[in-house]
Amino acid sequence: MKVSFNWLKQYVDVKLSAAEIAGRLTMAGIEVKSSQVIGADWAGIIVGQITAVNPHPNADRLTLVTLELGDRQETVVCGAPNVAVGAKVVYAPVGSKLIDGHTGESAILKPAKIRGVASNGMACSEKELGISESHEGILLLPSDIAIGTSLTELLGDVIFSIEVTPNRPDCLSMIGLAREIAALTGESLYLPEAKYAESGTSIKDHVTVEIDDPDLCPRYCASLITGIKIAESPEWLKERLVSYGMRPINNIVDITNFVMLEYGQPLHSFDYEKIEGKGIIVRRAKSGEKITSLDGIERALSRDMLVIADKERAVAVAGIMGGANSEVSENTSSILLESASFKPASIHHTGHALGMPSEACVRFERGISVELTIPALKRATQLIAELGGEHVAKGIIDVYPGKLERKSIKLSTADVKRVVGLEYSIEQITSSLTAVGFECQADKGSSSVSAKAPYWRTDINIPVDVIEEVARIIGYEQIPTTLLAQPIPKQNPFLITALKRRVRNIMVGYGFQELVSFSLTNLEILTKLSPGSRKPESLPVHIANPASSEQEYLRPTLRADLLSALSSNKAYIEEGLRLFELGKVYLAKEGNLPDEPEMLCGVLYGRRLEGWWQGGSESMDFFDAKGMVEGLLEQIGITAKFEKSDDESLHPANQSVVIAGGKRIVLVGELHPSVSEHFEIPSRVYLFEIDLPSLLPLIKQKTYHTIPKFPATIRDIALVVDIGVNYQQVLDIIRTFSLVTDVALFDVYAGEQVPAGKKSLAYRLIFQTPDRTLTDQQVNGVQQAILKKLKSELGASLRG
Amino acid sequence: MLQRLDELKQNAFRELEVINDLSNLESWRVRYLGRKSELTNILRGLAELSLEERKSAGALANHIKNELDSLLNQKTESLKAEFQKQVLRSDESLAARGDITLPGRPIPMGRLHPITETLHEICDIFVSLGFQIMESNDAELDYYNFEALNIPEEHPARDDMSTFWLDYEDERGKRPMLLRTHTTSVSARCVATMKPPIRVIEPGRVYRYEATDATHLTMFHQLDGLAVDKGITMADLKGTFYEFARRFYGDGRRVRFRPDYFPFVEPGVEVAVECALCKGSGCRLCGNSGWIEIGGAGMTHPKVLERGGIDPNEYTSFAFGFGIDRIPMLRYGINDMRLFFGSDLRFLRQF
Ligand SMILES: [Zn+2]
Repeated sequence: MKVSFNWLKQYVDVKLSAAEIAGRLTMAGIEVKSSQVIGADWAGIIVGQITAVNPHPNADRLTLVTLELGDRQETVVCGAPNVAVGAKVVYAPVGSKLIDGHTGESAILKPAKIRGVASNGMACSEKELGISESHEGILLLPSDIAIGTSLTELLGDVIFSIEVTPNRPDCLSMIGLAREIAALTGESLYLPEAKYAESGTSIKDHVTVEIDDPDLCPRYCASLITGIKIAESPEWLKERLVSYGMRPINNIVDITNFVMLEYGQPLHSFDYEKIEGKGIIVRRAKSGEKITSLDGIERALSRDMLVIADKERAVAVAGIMGGANSEVSENTSSILLESASFKPASIHHTGHALGMPSEACVRFERGISVELTIPALKRATQLIAELGGEHVAKGIIDVYPGKLERKSIKLSTADVKRVVGLEYSIEQITSSLTAVGFECQADKGSSSVSAKAPYWRTDINIPVDVIEEVARIIGYEQIPTTLLAQPIPKQNPFLITALKRRVRNIMVGYGFQELVSFSLTNLEILTKLSPGSRKPESLPVHIANPASSEQEYLRPTLRADLLSALSSNKAYIEEGLRLFELGKVYLAKEGNLPDEPEMLCGVLYGRRLEGWWQGGSESMDFFDAKGMVEGLLEQIGITAKFEKSDDESLHPANQSVVIAGGKRIVLVGELHPSVSEHFEIPSRVYLFEIDLPSLLPLIKQKTYHTIPKFPATIRDIALVVDIGVNYQQVLDIIRTFSLVTDVALFDVYAGEQVPAGKKSLAYRLIFQTPDRTLTDQQVNGVQQAILKKLKSELGASLRG
Repeated sequence: MLQRLDELKQNAFRELEVINDLSNLESWRVRYLGRKSELTNILRGLAELSLEERKSAGALANHIKNELDSLLNQKTESLKAEFQKQVLRSDESLAARGDITLPGRPIPMGRLHPITETLHEICDIFVSLGFQIMESNDAELDYYNFEALNIPEEHPARDDMSTFWLDYEDERGKRPMLLRTHTTSVSARCVATMKPPIRVIEPGRVYRYEATDATHLTMFHQLDGLAVDKGITMADLKGTFYEFARRFYGDGRRVRFRPDYFPFVEPGVEVAVECALCKGSGCRLCGNSGWIEIGGAGMTHPKVLERGGIDPNEYTSFAFGFGIDRIPMLRYGINDMRLFFGSDLRFLRQF
């Protein structure tokens, strides 16, 4: 909200500078975001009067203008068309800081000869002064302004940009802000006195008001002004609106807007002649009812919206916007002026449903006081009577079915201390509350006070609201700083939180760069994960109101973003790239919140090491990816068994999975060539994926085994097996023999030296027991038993 | 016998002089000091000699043995030293090793994302102050994101947090599920499910329906915190935040508390730290205020505690929350938030 400092000063004595006031307001919770100083550079610029206009000897379009400045006269060269003897204009001497009318840049006015004639300073346009964009002619001032008046005194101002929090609708007004300033500085407040003469018969003879739905409209007030002459508003009024950023329209509209800005109470003026049956009914809209709003758009209304109607039709959407059918026009002669109170939630709902968040709407939906209707109505009536009307009908309409008594809230010094942590005296409490308009009653010597909030403070409802006022006015900087003295509560940290950090650190150790990508994605990119470009079988979680078609779904996988990342970093293929993301995927559960397991996904391609001056290195392959996964699992204490897998995004031959509890918890493989192609990755890509929450139950606690005292026996065996028999099957059988403490594969061979359809697997076996040295005989016995079992179960024979 | 010993000694001395490598030295040792050497034999045969002879020959033989032993040690040392010098000389002569400024063999360099690092850093500070890390759903019920936090359906505060809704309507035609607009939703869950005393922090992703630009994205990160206990005051909130800021930003940075409004706290606080660029005197970065807003806080609203089943007459509570992404932006002078969520390695490899 833009707020003119000059305007504020109409209501409160101010001895502090604009910057000091801005600081005080900000520290009291009313944030002054920025201050724009109008006329900061106007030193020396004053009002002059044109005493002569002579033609320029060398240029037709220029004139020589002589100015009376009070203590001297100056002649300046001027190109403006609107120079006339007697006019009051703005004179800037040489050395003034002005805006260049053509370039818009700020520049110092230099002594200059224009077409051979010296110009001692200049007469300025609004643009040159930085007031507006107007540059067609020089600024002409009202004739009653004294020659020699400084421009700063005349037009200087500071425009605050204030952010009012939703709980303080009272501060969406000049008077509200002035009240705060008065409370914070201890200065006096001046409220306008709304005095006007009434004539003729009572307003009640001219119009009736009924409230059908007092829940949505607790109060409706109105006045009637006749003999209206629609005209342009006076300068002072237009200036006020412009300072706020509003466009002046005509005297009536401007007055209602002005009073809304002054008091914070929105008003609406109806053309009285257009009110059918001279009766106002505040009711819910009928189903199918329509109204054409002031902007000419026909709006469909619904039963939950409140309208202001006459005997025939709706004439306004309550609190939101007037109807075209009762609009004030050039021919309007009588005005019915409305000042009413509406239920905030209803206004919020209607404003949003109709897409019309207006200034009025913003104030109503935040809950302005019911008691604001009368003073604002009287003030506006007074201004209309002064500026555009002849007669005000006697009295006002005041239908007030929703009258509420403001309650007192009792508060002790201990209550305040309990929340703030600082003991304020009862005097401090009462004086700060009184300053912001509370009525306080404290018995002598008592440690508690009974405080009744002023009518405009609709946000004060419970003791803690009052406590905040005390802390706010005294200042948060008075509150001490203490560390929590209570014992630290018992902790039950989530295992997943620690696991995530562990896994991240391991990945970084493996040379992976972490990525963080958006949770929101689209079907197009997910479709790329299928070699046949099929859409996902079950749709991911859909957003009802996506911001863009690129962010329509919650990601069901991390793969797509990582592959896109590889694709956009093709420059790194040569040196090799390892990327990972650890984050949630979102799995739809009809009618419920989605499952959000934390997943790890890693992708790699290119060389194992980046190029070096002593030579490069080989390309990574499936076993790099698998080795990393195995290493990671081992580090966190998981023994995993890899099985064949059939993930469609991966190469059918090069992929493997770990299944636990019927769930695929680890997957590693080479990306399917078609998928690489979809993502435009010109290289083999290896990918792994780990479901972290599913790992948690599998993590084995580490145990200590004594370091063996007796030497181990090492035996190498080369087996010939069918090509279909795999490493793991052999391993599982060997592992059943407890004397074998370690097994390592050291060779895999298929070719001429073994029969067709067979392959050779060579294992190194370590035999050991903790309590003695094994004899050759004992080892031979076990080895024979192993070979026998391998033969009977897998058809394995020793390679000859 | 004595003469033979003297001869032996002379021969040994002479031969040792010309030995210049360790293997010749070893055969010399075997020859003169080994188990089968003449000297050893003589020493072994002393017993067979007469007492007279045993005395003189024995003394001489032992003397020679000691002399040769010590010469052997000296020679070994000097040959080893000479050998090491040679190795060093030959290494030096390798052309490549001569340039010690050549780059080392590269190792793949892994890095955490700057947002992850920031979150770890912040979490560690609060954990050390007794706060436990809590995590919860990104997709959340309207109830925990709004209702439970004192933000009913028609509350204007909802307008400031434009919401993404999950595409699901209940039987009343309402959409009960959304993407959380703040991690305060986790505080609401903690209040509803935990029993005091509570001290938790809640990092996570949050979502707002916003037009995307350099400082506004539809997704960003926040961290909320909550403490519930008997006797917690605003002074504790202030102290906790000051301590956090002292550790995170360093000793010299001032912190400012000023009144602000959030529906779920009362009194409400805006927390700002002194602008690092201008040290509080005002600059473009801080909008000339000298302060950079880092988060909101306050004393948990009694209604919020009540809704979660905690008696506000027995317990008091503070809550706070701040945006994470802006922290590395300010720290490193990053002017476009979108860089965080892209995959540009030229950006990510700077951290
Ligand atoms: Zn600054």
